[in-house]
Amino acid sequence: MDIKINVREAPGDAYVVELSGEIDVYTSPKVKEAIGELIDRGVYYLVINLEKVRYIDSTGLGVLIGGLKRVREYGGAVNLVCNNPQIKKIFDITGLVKIFGIFESEDAALKASV
Amino acid sequence: MTQAVEPHDLADVVELSIPGKAEWVAVARLAISAVASRLKFSIEDIEDVRLAVAEACTDAIQRASGDAQIDISCRSDERALHVRIRRQGTMIKNESPESEDSVGNLGIFLVRALMDEVEYSVHPERGTDLAMVKYVEV
Repeated sequence: MDIKINVREAPGDAYVVELSGEIDVYTSPKVKEAIGELIDRGVYYLVINLEKVRYIDSTGLGVLIGGLKRVREYGGAVNLVCNNPQIKKIFDITGLVKIFGIFESEDAALKASV
Repeated sequence: MTQAVEPHDLADVVELSIPGKAEWVAVARLAISAVASRLKFSIEDIEDVRLAVAEACTDAIQRASGDAQIDISCRSDERALHVRIRRQGTMIKNESPESEDSVGNLGIFLVRALMDEVEYSVHPERGTDLAMVKYVEV
């Protein structure tokens, strides 16, 4: 079990963080580090693509919330790409659908970021 | 422990102990998925149980100090799956487990949302103890 993290620059000021695998108490520190490095470099518009994520738990949600809190200090945003019904359900249950922008495609998430 | 979360007398029992380390939570997830698959749960219910067990293990790891094992006990019959997750050890956090407004308690909030019955206790010296039930829909 592992997480793969692919960071790439997108048009405008946004960066895409594409994750694949499982985000749990073991792998979430790696995601936190990747997001933190971008914010430290002055990237405040992030699209986090969860299309290839099979599983996320509360520690993963905590990392996303932490990233959102940080970029909002600079007027930025974190938008998510998610199609997995089980993962969407977790965002619903926790009320995070009201905090994050959640989109069906990366293009839609990027358009909302700029 | 109330009567509500006591397992059925004729239940099948599966027990698993994992090291109290983050890298072992995935093993608990796999094992509970296999156990839940033997009942007539929907795929969605199996996913719920999987996440709830993982959250309970994660909570136990994050709250208790030391290298104590996490003990997972599953009792199942045709009507329900009862899971109890315990870890002995001294607590490293002093938060109220009922305070669910912080990110730190999001895991237990999820457990309560996904399972039908949940009993959860944290003792400063004895560690964490979480018992939960998921009923098979008829």
